[in-house]
Amino acid sequence: MTMIFGIPLQAFLGQLLIGLINGSFYALLSLGLAVIFGLLRVINFAHGAQYMLGAFVAMLLLQYFGINYWFALILAPLIVGLFGAIIERTMLSRLYDLDPLYGLLFTFGLALTIEGTFRYLYGSSGQPYTVPPQLAGGINLGFMFLPIYRGWVVVISLAACIGTWLLIEKTKLGAYLRAATENPVLVQAFGVNVPLLLTLTYGLGAALAAFAGVLAAPVYQVSPLMGSNIIIVVFAVVVVGGMGSIMGAILTGYMLGIAEGLTKVFYPEASNIVIFVIMAIVLLIRPAGLFGRDA
Amino acid sequence: MVQPLLQVSNLNAWYGESHVLHGVDMTVDEGETITILGRNGVGKTTTLRTIMGIIRERKGEIRFAGKDMLSVPLHRTAHAGLGFVPEERGIFSTLTVEENLMLPPVVAEGGMPLEEIYALFPNLKERRASPGTKLSGGEQQMLAIARILRTGVRLLILDEPTEGLAPVIVQRIGEVLKTLKARGMTVLLVEQNFRFASRIADRFYLMDHGKMVAEFPVGELPQRMDMLNKVLGV
Repeated sequence: MTMIFGIPLQAFLGQLLIGLINGSFYALLSLGLAVIFGLLRVINFAHGAQYMLGAFVAMLLLQYFGINYWFALILAPLIVGLFGAIIERTMLSRLYDLDPLYGLLFTFGLALTIEGTFRYLYGSSGQPYTVPPQLAGGINLGFMFLPIYRGWVVVISLAACIGTWLLIEKTKLGAYLRAATENPVLVQAFGVNVPLLLTLTYGLGAALAAFAGVLAAPVYQVSPLMGSNIIIVVFAVVVVGGMGSIMGAILTGYMLGIAEGLTKVFYPEASNIVIFVIMAIVLLIRPAGLFGRDA
Repeated sequence: MVQPLLQVSNLNAWYGESHVLHGVDMTVDEGETITILGRNGVGKTTTLRTIMGIIRERKGEIRFAGKDMLSVPLHRTAHAGLGFVPEERGIFSTLTVEENLMLPPVVAEGGMPLEEIYALFPNLKERRASPGTKLSGGEQQMLAIARILRTGVRLLILDEPTEGLAPVIVQRIGEVLKTLKARGMTVLLVEQNFRFASRIADRFYLMDHGKMVAEFPVGELPQRMDMLNKVLGV
């Protein structure tokens, strides 16, 4: 059997793939957090709940309306994004003039409320969501067996990340967004409806989280707690990458996912904490994060 | 009598608790270039920011082309025809020069086409792909003015356009403002550089303690010099 650093190649590649999949979710979620934080200066604690909502909406669409995975992949982000936009317009937007802590507390309370409601309605245990038939099965790559759905998650997440990056870096809407991140008052004085831009941005962030949630539904189980399990890690990713850096959030998501996966191969005991160890080191050496700008 | 383009009457403004404008009265006619003079901290910048609607704690009257501006939200001010070039210039570092230039939405017809802007500011064309804040101070000021020209606003509000710039750049900005004036643009500016202002303005307001204390056309400048020197402390 081929060995790499004294580890069977198969185990190595298997964990690399798992790392890449987890990294895809980290990247998608931290990207949304970074976009929201950049413009709204709100640390969106409800991000995990919005991810969970995405998975639940997909499941409920299937159960009650027979709407399949492919439509859910578009519909669930739209529904959760709209929900996010309404929350921003009616509640979150009232807190902008206050200390940023209020936004954090509000979204934290929102997350607890959403999770509590779903736990009450559906219980804490997870429910399965079957892989769509087109993506069922796997391919034998010779050196390992690749479930097609997991490959799909990696590819489509990367596409969504690149798409969001292009939207922000290369379009007029993105230019408004970047400019308003730097100086919202001036952008508004130029005649841009910045309050509307904030609503759209929060909606976009929530939609990205929901998109990740739909992708996650067949991989993990659909459970009210799936969001709070992942969100702590995602916050660590954002801290390592640097708050507000879009590309930083994406790259760090993948990097830390892979670091976590590889730690499982070389020193399994540390795999649950490796991301937080990296976070602590980065905070000591570069408090602004790997890709953040020093304030 | 022709109605002034901008009419400000008994304008008061506050920064939280502190009352900064104490009844500002002024008018700007279509096609005029007006300069507000005054020492530091008398409320010149505040006057511009209050007219623009950036400072919302305000009372009194601001009419632009006959329209009451006090009830207009900030993001509709530009659409009414007011363009703002802030003191700190407000060039965005995460946007390229061209993105900065194209950022403010066009609010009316009659704005300067991009080719003409690039003809007036050839440096900006050369460096259109670099980040906005990589430009020199003078170039950033040109960019801050240029991006407003594109939008078709009727009144250009400039806050200390020559601050911190080399004499040759100041001269260049003077030429640009003269070109704009020849095209019929109305300009309201705050300026510390008195010599610069005297070359381009039609009329002056002198400001002290949050209100206008004198108003005179450029022709009266020589006989006003003693008084100005005293108030401005130059």
